[in-house]
Amino acid sequence: MSQPSAPSDSPAGGTAPRRAARPGALNNPLARFLLRRIAVAVLLGVGITLVTFVLTNLVPGDPVTANLGQRALGDPAIVAQFRAEHGLDKPLPTQYLTYLGGLLHGDLGMSQQSHRPVLDDLAEFVPATIELAGGAIVISLVAGVAFGVVAALRRDRLSDQILRVISLVGISVPTFWLALVAFYVFFFRLQITPGSGRIAPDMSPPPDVTGLYTVDAALAGQWDVFSSAVGHLVTPALVLAAYTIGLLTRFTRSAVLEVLGQDYVRAARAKGLPGRVILFRYVLRSALVPIITVAGLAFGSLLSGTVLVESVFARPGIGQYAYKSATTLDLPAVMGVGLVVGGVYVLINLVVDVLYGVIDPRVRLS
Amino acid sequence: MTSSALSVEDLRVSIGEQEILRGVDIALAPGRVHGLAGESGSGKTMTGLAALGLLPHGSRTAGRVTLGGRNLLDLPQRELNKVRGREIAMVFQDPATSLHPMLTIGRQLTEHMRHHLGLGRAEARARAIDLLGQVRIPGPAAAVDRYPHQFSGGMRQRVAIAIALACGPKVLIADEPTTALDVTVQAGVLRLLRGLCDDLGLAVLLVTHDLGVMSAVADDVSVMKDGLVVETGPRGRVLREPDHPYTRALLDALPREPSAARPGVIPGTPPVEGFDALPKEGS
Amino acid sequence: MRPHSGIRVLSRLPEAWRQPLAVVGGVVAVAWLLIAAAAPLLAPHDPLAQDLPRLASPGPGHWFGTDQLGRDILSRIMYGARVSIPLTLLLVVLSLLIGGALGACAGYFGRWVGEGIMRLADLVFAFPTVILAMVVAAALGASLTNAVLAVLIVAWPSYARVTRGLVLGMREREFVLSGRLLGFSAWRSLRVDVLPNVTGPILVLATLDIGTALLLLSGLSFLGLGAKPPSAEWGAMVASGVEVFDSWWVATFPGLAILTVVLAFNFLGDTLRDALDPRTARAIKERAL
Repeated sequence: MSQPSAPSDSPAGGTAPRRAARPGALNNPLARFLLRRIAVAVLLGVGITLVTFVLTNLVPGDPVTANLGQRALGDPAIVAQFRAEHGLDKPLPTQYLTYLGGLLHGDLGMSQQSHRPVLDDLAEFVPATIELAGGAIVISLVAGVAFGVVAALRRDRLSDQILRVISLVGISVPTFWLALVAFYVFFFRLQITPGSGRIAPDMSPPPDVTGLYTVDAALAGQWDVFSSAVGHLVTPALVLAAYTIGLLTRFTRSAVLEVLGQDYVRAARAKGLPGRVILFRYVLRSALVPIITVAGLAFGSLLSGTVLVESVFARPGIGQYAYKSATTLDLPAVMGVGLVVGGVYVLINLVVDVLYGVIDPRVRLS
Repeated sequence: MTSSALSVEDLRVSIGEQEILRGVDIALAPGRVHGLAGESGSGKTMTGLAALGLLPHGSRTAGRVTLGGRNLLDLPQRELNKVRGREIAMVFQDPATSLHPMLTIGRQLTEHMRHHLGLGRAEARARAIDLLGQVRIPGPAAAVDRYPHQFSGGMRQRVAIAIALACGPKVLIADEPTTALDVTVQAGVLRLLRGLCDDLGLAVLLVTHDLGVMSAVADDVSVMKDGLVVETGPRGRVLREPDHPYTRALLDALPREPSAARPGVIPGTPPVEGFDALPKEGS
Repeated sequence: MRPHSGIRVLSRLPEAWRQPLAVVGGVVAVAWLLIAAAAPLLAPHDPLAQDLPRLASPGPGHWFGTDQLGRDILSRIMYGARVSIPLTLLLVVLSLLIGGALGACAGYFGRWVGEGIMRLADLVFAFPTVILAMVVAAALGASLTNAVLAVLIVAWPSYARVTRGLVLGMREREFVLSGRLLGFSAWRSLRVDVLPNVTGPILVLATLDIGTALLLLSGLSFLGLGAKPPSAEWGAMVASGVEVFDSWWVATFPGLAILTVVLAFNFLGDTLRDALDPRTARAIKERAL
């Protein structure tokens, strides 16, 4: 028995009967979609940890030399104890499987550098980066889409040329240098922005709820801490956004130009709709699909930038943590960072796919 | 034709150095379908677009397009937007691309009604359902909430016609409205246009390269070549006793007995044996 | 047979030269290449000699100032061009060759090989470039060579993706199919029909990638994972400026050097991309992120 097929409103349409629906969860498109996503996430997690593991083990660097001081290295007992403590005396496949086993229980291992569970380290450092990268992506989306739309509407005129140069400068400027220049000019010379860190040095962090200082301060009603946290966020977020603003400007421009040439935009003009309505309802809606795709991909480059920006602004975030872990070959910590990053990647892709469905009914209904 | 609904006089359009229209004159009368024929590149589509001020960027216009005593070519953007959709509307060639794929047809039917006529949400929706019924969409009450991709080509073009008629315009420009459709549904769309023209007293400019379409529905016919109208007059006269050699050439290019053969469908399917063995054609 | 679209693309490239941005980009890029080539003749001082007053602000004799060891920054930047520019170009050529070859194989031979290559590319893509490069560079040990290797590991997938996409699209095209129907081998059709048509887009991608590679390479050096002192590498020079913050010139000028080189190649690449047909251009944009 098949479900009643949807009424076909096409007189010329196909007459082939719709395929009968099979029972079971796998037939639910949403369940299938989520299952596939989870499978991808798991595979990605294994892939990322495996690649990190292999990379950090097949190379000349040795975590022991990286972590122990010169004096300790001279004492075989300490070296042996360090190896045993971190399971480095076992064969490599065993080491990896042990790690995966721990992972199943939510155990990411101990950091060789901080001597704390990696999970605790991540919980401490990830929120700072979420604030930074989140602020940067919001800034980039707003500025990049606005610039791109203006450039497209004023195509080939002076403002378009100026925006083109600005966006190309945005993608060409070294992030670490821009961070330094911004810090020097706005903090050191003009003294209009606060210095490094996440809040003013004489303040204590707000009560820990989410780890995001801005949110936590607002929740606790500590508005002086809130404004300090926001103030410390603005410059690094702007610096970090420079690249993605440039990227999104160029991309939005070409996406909007493509849509402007569509028949349905001309049809909307023929209906006498005001330009503002056509822009927001007709043009931007279509252009958003490619823009969101690129914004999702650009988030990866934002995370890259956090390493450099956090190092200049001395913000204790995941980028700083990744840097310290990588330079000391702190394997569990590096893999932990990798998992966070992979998780973000999966999450961003999920968000992008959901947004596709929200914007485009053809995706939603198929 | 004293009381023309829309009159185009000495319309000249140039893009860059090239003169696309070189002085076009056409008059549309209420309740009559005026066919505009000509080969591609003759400027017939440009004439239609120019009437609504929809020419591509960088084109220059001269002449007059008069509607209700105003020259549309001189109107500022704001005034022109009040005329577009409300007094003069347009149906485009391909309904697959002229409807926004991500908006329900209800939205696309009601937005300009609400904007031009100041209708409320419920009123506009009721009128939209009514309009869909008028263009013979089955189940109009459910159809308003669907998206364009859920309709077939012929149905989409009917929706596009309903959108054009929503604000009760006096003039309708239809640019090749059946060219992108299957032959089997062309006749239905043409009959609909003809009927609406008669019932609502619309003045229709039917742009087409298809003299068969023309002879089926047009009252008057103009023939264009190289940006000029070379011949104009009642359909019967122009198609039977053309004055201009170009019109004669166009008519001679038609297959014999065009009127009888047009909407016929041969029953049965083509032999498929061997088709799959042929190499696929690239796009 | 249809005209090869790749040839059409290449013949349209000269038009790009009339664009002002491309002219500026071209001139600046050539200027930097000349500086790199002629640094020993142009540089007013020995880039390693510590014989000038320390941290002297820009002025006659040392136009860009001196660093904390009394070295002339202008001379160091000129010599730095001999480090950064050739390495960046080498890096792009290598990742183009490796990524292009893998992508072409993935696209043309499909199935197992292709899937394997592309999943590996996806994995690298999931990692933010700097973090992955940082791990690789740290694991290999901090040196300029290892930094180049690290960038190479994160740079090849974008070429693989674009090449594969182009080859896949090309494989179904009429003139390629007709070649196969005439009995040409897969290898011949890859070489004669497909490759010439993907080179245009790939070269544009490479031009745009020069900037990305230089940014990544100097970023690693900035983090202390690339060039070692006393090498006059630009990223490392910016890093040394962090220590002497109020002597702004120490970090500013090397950073400007990076910016101008990257900008020049991006001006070029952006104009060249516009000269390509829009669909290919978008494929590049989407896959090259």
